Amino acid sequence: MTDTAEVTGLTDETELTGLSDTGELAGLTVTAERKWTAMGITLENVSYVYEQGTAMQTAALQGISLEIPDNQFIGLIGHTGSGKSTLVQLLNGLLRPTSGRVLYNGKDIHEDGFDKKALRANVGLVFQYPEHQLFEVDVLSDVMYGPKNLGLDEATCKKRAIQALENVGMKEKYFKTSPFDLSGGQKRRAAIAGVLAMNPRILILDEPTAGLDPRGRDEILGLISEMKQKLSMTIILVSHSMDDVARYVERIVVMGHGKKVFDDTPRNVFKHYIELEDLGLSAPQITYIMNTLRDYGMDVHTDALTVEEAAAEILRAAKRQP
Amino acid sequence: MFKDITIGQYYQTESLLHSLDPRVKIVGTLAYIISLFVVDSFAGYLVCALFLIVMIRLSNVPVGYIVRGMRAILILLLITMAFNLFLTPGETLVKFGFLKITKQGLAFAVKMAIRLSLLVIGSSLMTLTTTPNQLTDAIESLLNPLKRLRVPVHEIAMMMSIALRFIPILMEETDKIMKAQIARGADFESKNLIKKIQSLVPLLVPLFISAFRRANDLAMAMEARCYRGGAGRTKMKPLVYQGRDQGAYFILLAYFCICVALRLLPLPFLV
Ligand SMILES: Nc1ncnc2c1ncn2[C@@H]1O[C@H](COP(=O)(O)OP(=O)(O)O)[C@@H](O)[C@H]1O
Ligand SMILES: [Mg+2]
Repeated sequence: MTDTAEVTGLTDETELTGLSDTGELAGLTVTAERKWTAMGITLENVSYVYEQGTAMQTAALQGISLEIPDNQFIGLIGHTGSGKSTLVQLLNGLLRPTSGRVLYNGKDIHEDGFDKKALRANVGLVFQYPEHQLFEVDVLSDVMYGPKNLGLDEATCKKRAIQALENVGMKEKYFKTSPFDLSGGQKRRAAIAGVLAMNPRILILDEPTAGLDPRGRDEILGLISEMKQKLSMTIILVSHSMDDVARYVERIVVMGHGKKVFDDTPRNVFKHYIELEDLGLSAPQITYIMNTLRDYGMDVHTDALTVEEAAAEILRAAKRQP
Repeated sequence: MFKDITIGQYYQTESLLHSLDPRVKIVGTLAYIISLFVVDSFAGYLVCALFLIVMIRLSNVPVGYIVRGMRAILILLLITMAFNLFLTPGETLVKFGFLKITKQGLAFAVKMAIRLSLLVIGSSLMTLTTTPNQLTDAIESLLNPLKRLRVPVHEIAMMMSIALRFIPILMEETDKIMKAQIARGADFESKNLIKKIQSLVPLLVPLFISAFRRANDLAMAMEARCYRGGAGRTKMKPLVYQGRDQGAYFILLAYFCICVALRLLPLPFLV
């Protein structure tokens, strides 16, 4: 486990160098500069307790420190009840930490005079089952709801809404249908567009694949990674499944029992696959295959993330062996 | 924000009051409410308040939690007080233009406020210490004699228990939808009345849809398990009176007699 400051230095380049066999962290030197510009969200030793002072009191988060820089693809992983949803609601100021501070671009978001609305436009949060929040007569008006709340004029709202709908791959023929007539996957896309239309710099998606069939799941995940490439923003993908995020994200934050357990590149996190199991999680299936091969005496590196990488690594090992 | 409303919610802990038979608590609450209307002197209200304080102590529910629940009825309380204060005829104390406060009005307003507060705290103490399931079981059992008159007691109890079960679910749902819309820039704290009403649409539409969806799911699940109403249905946990329940009935009776006595006996020191 590396500490946050190092991981903050991870940029797209690091991801490229990270593909080398060693999987070591490069880019430690960038760290210092990054810290001073302090763009993005910073959590300082944040704790959150639900229903404090009653018998139902639950400590959902304990002493979380975290940096969310601009333009990074982050996976937030944890077993059900580990505090993921609570954490993301702290990031856009929907919940107020019981102790600790949340900073956006270096400013405390709960200080008097901080513009919360602007924060929520900059830090877009798509809740779990976001289709439950749809309410307008047609898809386009629903997506325009967010921009309208920001006080933009009708034409700009419309432009943004159409753009957002295109970015989530919604066909134009659906713009004027009722959101309640769409299929499950389409509804979810419309709901994601509703947040995207606010042009956030950081987009958080809380379990965007929950309740979808495998095909819908792959479609949504593909869409999210496409959006990341096209729109150069930070995306935080919340999930309880490593297989969902392993192939897409450049950094994984693992939550366990309200605490941050790991915060590192996927490769480094999956090295701890035994500890992950204690948290009720598992590494991607590929990690298990590679580790089993190694146990049987095959000379492979075990840090492949995708089936393709694993295949290449096995072929390479096979060639090396006499 | 909805979490602040504690009226009608169950508070999970262990106490003597929690372990009483729910029928005792329903009868007790009814008796307490009636007693509030039986007494009409400050000394009488003192007795009622003392009784309630002892009950709160026996319930292990933190006082702060109960008081916080009172905030929900604060406005109702103030309006009632204002009406009684200004509209009761009698001996004038102070006069502002056409409004006047009378001696009788003042006494009446204070009594009403005490009565209303005790009533709300007393009845919320029942729901705080009794699960909705116990409550409906008790109501079904208390209303059982009405079955002879072809009153659909079981169905009424079932509807009540479903309604009660749905209150926390819908509150949670409201909270979630509200947060989701706030994340999209919605403003539920606007002072402007028209804006305030407009801002409810994005909340109420999803809420109704979700309520209907849940109702539909529940009906389906009940049907799938062959629910056929009350005929021939037995209980997993039938209600049986214990020794402490009889003791509780006795204390209630004693309390009620004191209240009636306070009303009927012409004691000179009572106001
Ligand atoms: N509104 C709430 N009221 C009380 N406790 C809550 C609430 N929401 C979540 N919790 C509790 O906080 C803990 C963390 O929950 P959550 O953040 O939803 O986890 P996750 O999203 O990882 O499943 C859990 O123990 C949960 O029971
Ligand atoms: Mg969650």
